[in-house]
Amino acid sequence: MQKYLIEVEDMTVAYQEKPVLWDIDLKIPKGILMAIVGPNGAGKSTLIKAMLNLIKPISGKVLFNGKSYESQRRYIGYVPQRGSVDWDFPTSVLDVVLMGTYGQIGWIKRPGKKQKEMALNAIKEVGMETFSQRQISQLSGGQQQRVFLARALVQDADIYFMDEPFQGVDAKTEKAIIHILKKLRKRGKTVIVVHHDLQTVKEYFDWVTLLNTRLIKYGNVDEVFTDENLKMTYGSSVRVLSREA
Amino acid sequence: MSIESLLRDYTLQIVALGSAVLGAISGILGSFAVLRKQSLLGDAVSHSALPGIAFVFLITGIKNTEMLLLGALASGLLGTFLIVIINRYSRIKFDSALGLILSFFFGLGLVLITYIQKLPNANQAGLEDFIFGQASTLLKRDVYIMIVLGCVILLMVVLFWKEFKLYSFDMQYGVSIGFSAKKINIILSSITVIAIIIGLQSVGVILMSALLISPGVAARQWTDKLSVMVILAAVFGIISGVIGTVISSLVSNMPTGPVIVVVISLIVIFSLLFASKRGILWQYIKRRRNSRHINESRLLINLYELALNHEDIYHPHETKMIEPTSTDKTIKNIEKTLLILRQQGYIKQDYFGTWAITDIGIQRAKRIEKYGGDCL
Repeated sequence: MQKYLIEVEDMTVAYQEKPVLWDIDLKIPKGILMAIVGPNGAGKSTLIKAMLNLIKPISGKVLFNGKSYESQRRYIGYVPQRGSVDWDFPTSVLDVVLMGTYGQIGWIKRPGKKQKEMALNAIKEVGMETFSQRQISQLSGGQQQRVFLARALVQDADIYFMDEPFQGVDAKTEKAIIHILKKLRKRGKTVIVVHHDLQTVKEYFDWVTLLNTRLIKYGNVDEVFTDENLKMTYGSSVRVLSREA
Repeated sequence: MSIESLLRDYTLQIVALGSAVLGAISGILGSFAVLRKQSLLGDAVSHSALPGIAFVFLITGIKNTEMLLLGALASGLLGTFLIVIINRYSRIKFDSALGLILSFFFGLGLVLITYIQKLPNANQAGLEDFIFGQASTLLKRDVYIMIVLGCVILLMVVLFWKEFKLYSFDMQYGVSIGFSAKKINIILSSITVIAIIIGLQSVGVILMSALLISPGVAARQWTDKLSVMVILAAVFGIISGVIGTVISSLVSNMPTGPVIVVVISLIVIFSLLFASKRGILWQYIKRRRNSRHINESRLLINLYELALNHEDIYHPHETKMIEPTSTDKTIKNIEKTLLILRQQGYIKQDYFGTWAITDIGIQRAKRIEKYGGDCL
């Protein structure tokens, strides 16, 4: 039997009456780059938030390396949606990226020289080294996304969850981000990405999860990302792949 | 009383010290409230505090500040709790819930206080001071309590600085890296509520939230750094607290709260207009300067491209040629811009009033074309 890095069992989430996620079972191996794809309101963000314990599911559980999320938190990094924060907050790029070290520092203690160095390295990795002192209100959308990515990279996690990192960024940033994602995979990390652009799934990812409240299919892109499965996910009105063909 | 003798007045010094402490902690905690977009919660807490004050007096029949403020704390928390509950379990939106509870509690408080004033009890005088605040009613003991609580709050902010920043900026991420949003929220909210409650006596239930929010709003205009913002907000709070107290002591029957609010509001208006970072005036000047730069660049490019059509690149052109869209009305402005360009040496004007590009003008035009505008 193959050992899985992340196991989601019977997960159901509901905000009000209607379930947003229904009985999800997922087994994710180590070292893959996986896209979560589905129509608006399919529960993509909810799925990763529930896996990260940010939302309490009605039922079901998530195991990382066979253990609970709490015990494995140290190895998990999260990149929230860019629009989830107020970018007019009075702080600098370096300060935001430093927040990535807070988890290891713990309560009350302040980040020191070592943490600052780690943050600067991460900023460099996303190509923002000339912006480290910049106020975050002056950043473009793509730069904001890079800052969020750098903040997660500082954590030096083994598993990364990213919520729509390509949302509203220019082609150059998209390339830079995908370059980093592939680098992470090469280092043996596992990256799970909520993704919107069906055209790039095959090019960017090796695994894909098709989601529409229920889990439609998941697995290797070549096997799962088919016209038929996409129709099941989006309904028959979408002809995404036929255009590509 | 003359100002000089007033400033030497020991009682006033004590009261002013209390107001300064209050202004400082209000400014500090208000900064976080502003950044968390929870400015109105302070309003809810302070308004809801009034019936608690009246209720405690009804039961005990004496005006003991600590007891009254404990009552204020209890009903302030009850009001806030109700707002949160209504918001969570009904379809009523947050602002409506806030409006409902805030006015209900405040109304109830007024009814109770009016009732108390009709009672045959010599003690009740001064209870209405809690509505608009009267700093001169502060006793030495009250101020000592304020100072102690102020120090505790300050210590908490220093200790949990990193956590407060994280929580205010991106709570969900904070939770994902192992911080308890609940714990941080409880710490930050409870010290904010304490600051509000100890301000009720001198600022009053109606206007206390202004002293909480305004210093933060004003400070935000001057800086993009959280630490500077918080310190500046504390300074603004101290200034308005002390000035408000002194003025209200100079004029008989002048409640302190309104004076403090007028002072802090003047600081806010001044900051909104003149602050160097985000002030309206400064932004206007910047925009004007930008559009002037763009116009200069545009005219220079026009002239450069005209000149390229000639064998002699220094061939002069009339103003109308350089800006074909110019009308009799706008030509004055265009000539003004051209004169600025001449001053900078990018173009020359000859005897006939026509314009020719210079060598450094050509260099500059090439640079502008390469980088697309020069105002960046």
